[in-house]
Amino acid sequence: MNYVTIINNQSISLNDIPEIQYFEFFELNLGLVQDAVQRHCVNYFGFPFDKRVKLFCCIADDSTHQIYVSSTIVTAQESLLSFSAKNFGFEKFEREIHENYGLKYKDHPWLKPVRYPKNRFDQSKTMANYPFFSIDSEELHEVAVGPIHAGIIEPGHFRFICNGEQILHLEIQLGYQHRGIEQQFLNKQKLLQRATLAESIAGDTVVGHTTAFSHIWESLVDFNLTRDIAYSRTIALELERIAIHTGDLSAVCTDIAYQLGSSVFGRLRTPIVNFMQEWGGNRLSKGLIRPERNQFPFTPELAARLTEILNIYEPDFLEMNEQMFNLPSVLSRFERTGVVSHEDVLSIGTVGMAARMSGLKRDIRQSHPYLLYSEIDHKPIVKNHGDVYSRVQIRKEEVKQSMKYIRTMLNNIPHINENSIDLKTPKPNSFAISLVEGWRGEICHCAITDEKGKLSHYKIKDPSFHNWLALAIAVRNNEISDFPICNKSFNLSYAGHDL
Amino acid sequence: MLGFLLILIASAFFTGIIIRTKSIASGRKGPGIFQPIKDVVRLFRKGVVYSQTTSFIFQIAPTIYFSSVVMAMFVVPFGPSKGIVSFDGDFIFFAYILALGKFFNIISAMDTGSSFEGMGASREALYSLFVEPAFFILMGSLALITGHTSFQGMFASLHIGSYLSYALALIGTFVLMMIAMIENSRMPIDDPKTHLELTMVHEVMILDNSGFDLGLILSAGYIKFAVYGALVVNLFIGIFPLQYSIPMFFIIQAVLAIGVGLIESFMARFRMGHNAQFIFALTSVSLLIFFGALLILGKFA
Repeated sequence: MNYVTIINNQSISLNDIPEIQYFEFFELNLGLVQDAVQRHCVNYFGFPFDKRVKLFCCIADDSTHQIYVSSTIVTAQESLLSFSAKNFGFEKFEREIHENYGLKYKDHPWLKPVRYPKNRFDQSKTMANYPFFSIDSEELHEVAVGPIHAGIIEPGHFRFICNGEQILHLEIQLGYQHRGIEQQFLNKQKLLQRATLAESIAGDTVVGHTTAFSHIWESLVDFNLTRDIAYSRTIALELERIAIHTGDLSAVCTDIAYQLGSSVFGRLRTPIVNFMQEWGGNRLSKGLIRPERNQFPFTPELAARLTEILNIYEPDFLEMNEQMFNLPSVLSRFERTGVVSHEDVLSIGTVGMAARMSGLKRDIRQSHPYLLYSEIDHKPIVKNHGDVYSRVQIRKEEVKQSMKYIRTMLNNIPHINENSIDLKTPKPNSFAISLVEGWRGEICHCAITDEKGKLSHYKIKDPSFHNWLALAIAVRNNEISDFPICNKSFNLSYAGHDL
Repeated sequence: MLGFLLILIASAFFTGIIIRTKSIASGRKGPGIFQPIKDVVRLFRKGVVYSQTTSFIFQIAPTIYFSSVVMAMFVVPFGPSKGIVSFDGDFIFFAYILALGKFFNIISAMDTGSSFEGMGASREALYSLFVEPAFFILMGSLALITGHTSFQGMFASLHIGSYLSYALALIGTFVLMMIAMIENSRMPIDDPKTHLELTMVHEVMILDNSGFDLGLILSAGYIKFAVYGALVVNLFIGIFPLQYSIPMFFIIQAVLAIGVGLIESFMARFRMGHNAQFIFALTSVSLLIFFGALLILGKFA
């Protein structure tokens, strides 16, 4: 076997991952994903290794619930065949590897910088002198938006090439939010510091990323997850989904100037985030999830309170949706706006909502179950049109689905396990992977430990990393005034991408 | 003179009522109805910052825009009493003096060299282009019925007591209000509350204006709305004595403002591409008035 098969949240010894020649590695991983809808690359990254680079590629198989990990060692001198020339799903991963380690690709279609990290290989390339894609024409005009955003959204630069009101091309340049989070994971030695770091990967996916980090850590120290911890995390993940989806519905309404929807959904988000405050002391759920601990156990009192909140929330939410999806002016803005076809979604390799909007069933809750999701028997919500309408519909239905799951779980609150656990150190020379379906999509964390059991590499992949390209494709041939609503219907993270 | 004063008073609260209506409709308390005027007063006390890429056009445009609106206000009568200026064909003067102000607004937006403002300017120019036929067909029909070509003459003799003329007045109200909403960049054509440069029409054109200039542009907008409101009122109050017509003026203005507020609360704005279509449809509504006028005059044998 030239790869090793593991499951979600499993850690293995580094020596168990076969090291193969680059060409074999290339053929193997491309072969795994080519013409196989159920398999896609969840993480592909480099690990510096005495002046050479060791590449790890993790391919997830949704039907067998397995992850195939393989590795190879290359040097910056070699000229390599690019995966992206055959499959766009690897495009951004290769750009990242090229930017960080200077690996040379013979036939990569566009080695555009990803985020200009401080320790990048080629220091002569800077954000200030980046040559944007441009068209020389009298008729066309360019519109540059950002990187300072007028609103509250994070910095990112968008360069539109337009023919009048019509967008011909959109180039997105990110990286302005780069904070070196992955490096910080290695610098900070305390578990608490690392958990806090995980919380700040993306401010809107606090539960998602902290859960992924906790799972990585727990698998590295061989901690057996107790039922009460798994229960709290599942509830927290679903509540986060409800809160952010509701907020997004409000934001989409704001962008089409539908004031009623904007204010009603805005108000509905509040009781949910306020419940997070009651539960863990923070509206954004910071501090709620900690590795190996049940920081804030979910008590029957909280359950009663949550039932009460959901009973008030649900009728209002449903009524508002009923109103909104029957209003012609709203539908005319949503339908056939920002379409990404099934073929495009498949070739870009989007994840989460950005995949499910166009008939691509990718949902880690079903394909690589973790926590209590195997008991829930989750059925992903899939739409087929790939437009703003589909993305908004998915949000509405996922909120309803999450409420159903939470209500079922509330009937059966596990006993709180009060046995204290001795903190162990991670296993030496290990590799661990954790996949979590955050509200936005698949979050993947990978960790590698050295011979003393210290973290020697930490790799984070936010779903936005895959999905930004889908936004650029979605707005093509749309009106430039529809860009905000397309952008909001994806609601991708700048911080999660820039790390 | 009376019309001039009434419009000034109405413009002080018109936009405030719209904002208040929207706030109440979304379950908030909202600012007082004089808040927009207070904002303008605050802006008038401030200095102006000019971008280094702009020329003198950018500096004179707000003043020309404001004075064009004030001059348009001069010709608007109030029932039987004339406007400050009144002459045959003054409705043409009204339309083109507003267009002159808008022209300067547009070239000042182009002057900044910002890609956003250029986009806003091109949208504004397009919409004005489509609005023009609607306005002239409406006014031309009124001139045809009444045989007068000044605002005052038309409005004073419109009320011949026939039901058909009131039906025409109602359609005229619709057309004038829609024109007012387009000219003032309100929903569903443009969203005045938006924070998104890419979707704005009017707001994006004045992104670079600040302080006193911004105050002029904003107050010109408030007056413009009240001017169109006054035209609507004039369709109805021709034969009433002043003690009834003055309260009617304010009631109709307030009802229009609340109507605009409600529209803005309960619907989404149009897709930009549909705007031109929608605005052009107004012209066909004006044509209805034209055919109505022909009917009244018995031109259909």
